[in-house]
Amino acid sequence: MRRSVALGCGALFGFGLALSGMLEPTRVRGFLDITGAWDPTLAFVMGGALLVTGIAFPIVLRRAGPVLDSRFFVPARSDLDAPLLAGAALFGVGWGLAGLCPGPALAVLGLAFRSAWPFAAGMALGMWIYARVRGEAT
Amino acid sequence: MIIPMDHALPGFLGGLAIGAAATFLLAMLGRIAGVSGILGQALDPSCSDRDWRLAFLVGLPLGAVAFAALEGAPPVQMVARPPLLAAAGLLVGMGTRLGSGCTSGHGVCGLARRSRRSLVATLTFIAVGMATVAVQRWLFGIA
Repeated sequence: MRRSVALGCGALFGFGLALSGMLEPTRVRGFLDITGAWDPTLAFVMGGALLVTGIAFPIVLRRAGPVLDSRFFVPARSDLDAPLLAGAALFGVGWGLAGLCPGPALAVLGLAFRSAWPFAAGMALGMWIYARVRGEAT
Repeated sequence: MIIPMDHALPGFLGGLAIGAAATFLLAMLGRIAGVSGILGQALDPSCSDRDWRLAFLVGLPLGAVAFAALEGAPPVQMVARPPLLAAAGLLVGMGTRLGSGCTSGHGVCGLARRSRRSLVATLTFIAVGMATVAVQRWLFGIA
Protein backbone atom coordinates (compact mmCIF):
# COMPACT_ATOMS: atom_id res chain seq x y z
CA MET A 1 0.00 0.00 0.00
CA ARG A 2 2.74 2.46 0.99
CA ARG A 3 4.69 1.60 -2.15
CA SER A 4 1.64 2.00 -4.38
CA VAL A 5 0.80 5.39 -2.87
CA ALA A 6 4.41 6.53 -3.25
CA LEU A 7 4.47 5.34 -6.86
CA GLY A 8 1.25 7.22 -7.59
CA CYS A 9 2.54 10.40 -5.94
CA GLY A 10 5.80 10.17 -7.90
CA ALA A 11 3.89 9.64 -11.15
CA LEU A 12 1.58 12.61 -10.52
CA PHE A 13 4.63 14.70 -9.64
CA GLY A 14 6.39 13.63 -12.86
CA PHE A 15 3.25 14.26 -14.91
CA GLY A 16 3.00 17.75 -13.42
CA LEU A 17 6.64 18.45 -14.22
CA ALA A 18 6.12 17.40 -17.85
CA LEU A 19 2.90 19.42 -18.21
CA SER A 20 4.50 22.49 -16.65
CA GLY A 21 7.43 22.55 -19.08
CA MET A 22 9.95 22.02 -16.29
CA LEU A 23 11.47 19.00 -18.06
CA GLU A 24 12.79 21.43 -20.68
CA PRO A 25 16.19 22.71 -19.46
CA THR A 26 15.97 25.62 -21.92
CA ARG A 27 12.84 26.87 -20.17
CA VAL A 28 14.29 26.53 -16.66
CA ARG A 29 17.48 28.27 -17.74
CA GLY A 30 15.28 30.89 -19.36
CA PHE A 31 13.81 31.67 -15.93
CA LEU A 32 17.30 32.04 -14.45
CA ASP A 33 18.48 34.13 -17.43
CA ILE A 34 17.40 37.56 -16.21
CA THR A 35 19.87 39.35 -18.50
CA GLY A 36 18.57 37.55 -21.58
CA ALA A 37 15.13 36.50 -22.85
CA TRP A 38 13.50 35.92 -19.46
CA ASP A 39 10.97 33.05 -19.32
CA PRO A 40 8.53 33.42 -16.39
CA THR A 41 7.09 29.88 -16.61
CA LEU A 42 8.87 28.57 -13.50
CA ALA A 43 7.22 31.29 -11.41
CA PHE A 44 3.77 30.07 -12.54
CA VAL A 45 4.72 26.48 -11.71
CA MET A 46 5.87 27.49 -8.23
CA GLY A 47 2.75 29.60 -7.82
CA GLY A 48 0.45 26.70 -8.75
CA ALA A 49 2.28 24.24 -6.49
CA LEU A 50 2.40 26.63 -3.54
CA LEU A 51 -1.26 27.52 -3.97
CA VAL A 52 -2.05 23.86 -3.21
CA THR A 53 0.62 23.07 -0.62
CA GLY A 54 0.42 26.46 1.10
CA ILE A 55 -3.26 25.86 1.85
CA ALA A 56 -3.26 22.06 2.25
CA PHE A 57 -0.07 21.46 4.27
CA PRO A 58 -1.19 23.33 7.40
CA ILE A 59 -4.55 21.51 7.27
CA VAL A 60 -2.88 18.10 6.85
CA LEU A 61 -0.31 18.78 9.58
CA ARG A 62 -3.09 19.65 12.05
CA ARG A 63 -4.14 15.97 11.96
CA ALA A 64 -2.73 13.52 14.52
CA GLY A 65 -0.67 11.73 11.85
CA PRO A 66 -0.62 10.49 8.26
CA VAL A 67 -2.95 7.71 7.11
CA LEU A 68 -0.29 5.05 6.55
CA ASP A 69 2.32 5.86 9.20
CA SER A 70 2.54 6.71 12.88
CA ARG A 71 3.79 10.28 12.57
CA PHE A 72 4.77 13.09 10.21
CA PHE A 73 8.43 13.18 9.17
CA VAL A 74 8.82 16.94 8.94
CA PRO A 75 12.03 18.89 9.65
CA ALA A 76 11.86 20.81 12.93
CA ARG A 77 14.93 23.03 12.58
CA SER A 78 14.63 26.77 12.12
CA ASP A 79 18.26 27.87 12.56
CA LEU A 80 20.26 29.16 9.61
CA ASP A 81 23.70 27.55 9.33
CA ALA A 82 26.63 27.46 6.92
CA PRO A 83 25.84 24.04 5.37
CA LEU A 84 22.35 25.25 4.42
CA LEU A 85 23.72 28.33 2.63
CA ALA A 86 26.75 26.62 1.10
CA GLY A 87 24.66 23.67 -0.09
CA ALA A 88 22.00 25.90 -1.60
CA ALA A 89 24.72 27.92 -3.36
CA LEU A 90 26.43 24.80 -4.80
CA PHE A 91 23.03 23.57 -5.96
CA GLY A 92 22.35 26.96 -7.57
CA VAL A 93 25.54 26.77 -9.63
CA GLY A 94 24.71 23.29 -10.95
CA TRP A 95 21.08 24.25 -11.57
CA GLY A 96 22.16 27.29 -13.57
CA LEU A 97 24.71 25.35 -15.62
CA ALA A 98 22.33 22.55 -16.63
CA GLY A 99 18.80 23.89 -16.16
CA LEU A 100 17.97 20.74 -14.21
CA CYS A 101 17.17 20.14 -10.54
CA PRO A 102 16.67 16.71 -8.92
CA GLY A 103 12.96 16.14 -9.73
CA PRO A 104 13.14 16.99 -13.44
CA ALA A 105 16.54 15.27 -13.71
CA LEU A 106 14.91 11.93 -12.83
CA ALA A 107 11.56 12.49 -14.57
CA VAL A 108 13.26 13.47 -17.85
CA LEU A 109 15.05 10.09 -17.93
CA GLY A 110 11.73 8.70 -19.19
CA LEU A 111 11.79 11.03 -22.20
CA ALA A 112 15.43 11.71 -23.09
CA PHE A 113 17.54 9.11 -21.32
CA ARG A 114 20.40 9.22 -23.82
CA SER A 115 21.07 12.93 -23.46
CA ALA A 116 20.07 13.38 -19.79
CA TRP A 117 21.77 10.45 -18.04
CA PRO A 118 25.15 12.16 -17.38
CA PHE A 119 23.43 14.73 -15.16
CA ALA A 120 21.48 12.09 -13.20
CA ALA A 121 24.61 9.95 -12.84
CA GLY A 122 26.66 12.90 -11.57
CA MET A 123 23.86 13.83 -9.18
CA ALA A 124 23.56 10.32 -7.75
CA LEU A 125 27.36 10.16 -7.38
CA GLY A 126 27.36 13.50 -5.54
CA MET A 127 24.67 12.29 -3.16
CA TRP A 128 26.44 9.00 -2.61
CA ILE A 129 29.72 10.81 -1.84
CA TYR A 130 27.87 13.05 0.62
CA ALA A 131 26.34 10.02 2.37
CA ARG A 132 29.76 8.31 2.58
CA VAL A 133 31.56 11.37 3.92
CA ARG A 134 28.85 12.08 6.46
CA GLY A 135 28.68 8.41 7.47
CA GLU A 136 32.41 8.40 8.20
CA ALA A 137 32.26 11.71 10.06
CA THR A 138 29.70 10.53 12.59
CA MET B 1 11.68 43.29 -23.84
CA ILE B 2 9.07 40.65 -24.66
CA ILE B 3 8.27 38.22 -21.85
CA PRO B 4 6.93 34.94 -23.29
CA MET B 5 3.66 34.04 -21.54
CA ASP B 6 2.80 31.12 -23.85
CA HIS B 7 3.41 28.49 -21.17
CA ALA B 8 1.91 30.28 -18.16
CA LEU B 9 -1.31 28.19 -18.06
CA PRO B 10 0.27 24.73 -18.50
CA GLY B 11 2.94 25.84 -16.03
CA PHE B 12 0.31 26.77 -13.47
CA LEU B 13 -1.72 23.57 -14.05
CA GLY B 14 1.43 21.44 -13.81
CA GLY B 15 2.23 23.27 -10.59
CA LEU B 16 -1.20 22.32 -9.20
CA ALA B 17 -0.46 18.64 -10.00
CA ILE B 18 2.95 18.89 -8.30
CA GLY B 19 1.35 20.49 -5.25
CA ALA B 20 -1.34 17.79 -5.15
CA ALA B 21 1.30 15.04 -5.34
CA ALA B 22 3.25 16.60 -2.46
CA THR B 23 0.05 16.94 -0.41
CA PHE B 24 -0.98 13.29 -0.98
CA LEU B 25 2.48 12.06 0.03
CA LEU B 26 2.37 14.10 3.25
CA ALA B 27 -1.21 13.11 4.11
CA MET B 28 -0.72 9.39 3.37
CA LEU B 29 2.90 8.61 4.29
CA GLY B 30 3.76 11.67 6.38
CA ARG B 31 6.74 12.41 4.13
CA ILE B 32 8.02 15.56 2.48
CA ALA B 33 8.09 15.27 -1.34
CA GLY B 34 11.64 16.52 -1.61
CA VAL B 35 13.28 14.65 -4.47
CA SER B 36 16.87 15.23 -3.32
CA GLY B 37 16.06 13.91 0.17
CA ILE B 38 14.11 10.91 -1.14
CA LEU B 39 16.90 9.95 -3.57
CA GLY B 40 19.83 10.92 -1.33
CA GLN B 41 18.63 8.86 1.61
CA ALA B 42 17.82 5.91 -0.68
CA LEU B 43 21.49 6.05 -1.79
CA ASP B 44 22.71 6.08 1.83
CA PRO B 45 23.91 2.57 2.79
CA SER B 46 22.28 2.96 6.22
CA CYS B 47 18.83 3.66 4.72
CA SER B 48 16.12 1.48 6.30
CA ASP B 49 13.00 2.56 4.36
CA ARG B 50 14.13 2.30 0.77
CA ASP B 51 10.90 0.71 -0.51
CA TRP B 52 8.58 3.74 -0.70
CA ARG B 53 11.49 5.97 -1.80
CA LEU B 54 12.28 3.81 -4.82
CA ALA B 55 8.58 3.58 -5.68
CA PHE B 56 8.27 7.40 -5.68
CA LEU B 57 11.45 7.78 -7.73
CA VAL B 58 10.29 5.23 -10.32
CA GLY B 59 7.00 7.11 -10.53
CA LEU B 60 8.69 10.34 -11.68
CA PRO B 61 9.75 9.16 -15.19
CA LEU B 62 6.55 7.06 -15.48
CA GLY B 63 4.47 10.20 -15.00
CA ALA B 64 6.53 12.01 -17.63
CA VAL B 65 6.05 9.09 -20.06
CA ALA B 66 2.30 9.10 -19.39
CA PHE B 67 2.16 12.82 -20.19
CA ALA B 68 4.11 12.29 -23.42
CA ALA B 69 1.76 9.45 -24.43
CA LEU B 70 -1.31 11.66 -23.93
CA GLU B 71 -0.11 15.06 -25.10
CA GLY B 72 3.07 14.41 -27.05
CA ALA B 73 6.64 14.60 -25.80
CA PRO B 74 7.80 18.05 -24.65
CA PRO B 75 10.83 19.44 -26.55
CA VAL B 76 13.66 18.34 -24.26
CA GLN B 77 17.05 19.71 -25.19
CA MET B 78 20.12 19.69 -22.94
CA VAL B 79 21.83 23.06 -22.55
CA ALA B 80 25.32 21.69 -21.87
CA ARG B 81 27.64 19.00 -23.22
CA PRO B 82 27.79 15.66 -21.32
CA PRO B 83 30.95 16.41 -19.25
CA LEU B 84 29.54 19.74 -18.05
CA LEU B 85 26.17 18.07 -17.42
CA ALA B 86 27.84 15.46 -15.24
CA ALA B 87 29.78 18.14 -13.33
CA ALA B 88 26.59 20.17 -12.84
CA GLY B 89 24.86 17.02 -11.61
CA LEU B 90 27.65 16.42 -9.11
CA LEU B 91 27.23 19.97 -7.76
CA VAL B 92 23.45 19.54 -7.55
CA GLY B 93 23.80 16.16 -5.81
CA MET B 94 26.27 17.34 -3.17
CA GLY B 95 24.71 20.79 -2.79
CA THR B 96 21.14 19.59 -2.27
CA ARG B 97 22.23 17.07 0.37
CA LEU B 98 24.48 19.56 2.18
CA GLY B 99 21.72 22.18 1.99
CA SER B 100 18.98 19.72 3.07
CA GLY B 101 16.80 20.13 -0.01
CA CYS B 102 16.10 21.28 -3.54
CA THR B 103 13.36 23.03 -5.49
CA SER B 104 10.74 20.52 -4.33
CA GLY B 105 11.72 20.02 -0.69
CA HIS B 106 12.57 23.63 0.12
CA GLY B 107 10.58 25.38 -2.59
CA VAL B 108 7.28 23.49 -2.86
CA CYS B 109 7.09 21.88 0.61
CA GLY B 110 9.25 24.04 2.90
CA LEU B 111 7.70 27.35 1.89
CA ALA B 112 4.26 25.79 2.45
CA ARG B 113 5.32 25.00 6.03
CA ARG B 114 6.52 28.63 6.42
CA SER B 115 10.03 27.32 7.14
CA ARG B 116 12.64 30.04 7.54
CA ARG B 117 15.43 27.67 6.46
CA SER B 118 13.55 26.78 3.27
CA LEU B 119 12.89 30.43 2.44
CA VAL B 120 16.56 31.32 2.80
CA ALA B 121 17.66 28.22 0.85
CA THR B 122 15.17 28.90 -1.97
CA LEU B 123 16.19 32.54 -2.32
CA THR B 124 19.85 31.47 -2.26
CA PHE B 125 19.68 28.83 -4.99
CA ILE B 126 17.53 31.01 -7.24
CA ALA B 127 19.91 33.97 -6.81
CA VAL B 128 23.02 31.83 -7.36
CA GLY B 129 21.38 30.12 -10.34
CA MET B 130 20.64 33.50 -11.91
CA ALA B 131 24.18 34.70 -11.17
CA THR B 132 25.63 31.52 -12.72
CA VAL B 133 23.71 32.00 -15.96
CA ALA B 134 24.64 35.70 -16.06
CA VAL B 135 28.36 34.99 -15.49
CA GLN B 136 28.31 32.24 -18.12
CA ARG B 137 26.71 34.64 -20.57
CA TRP B 138 29.15 37.47 -19.89
CA LEU B 139 32.32 35.36 -19.76
CA PHE B 140 31.70 32.87 -22.50
CA GLY B 141 28.83 34.33 -24.48
CA ILE B 142 26.76 31.20 -23.89
CA ALA B 143 23.06 31.90 -24.24
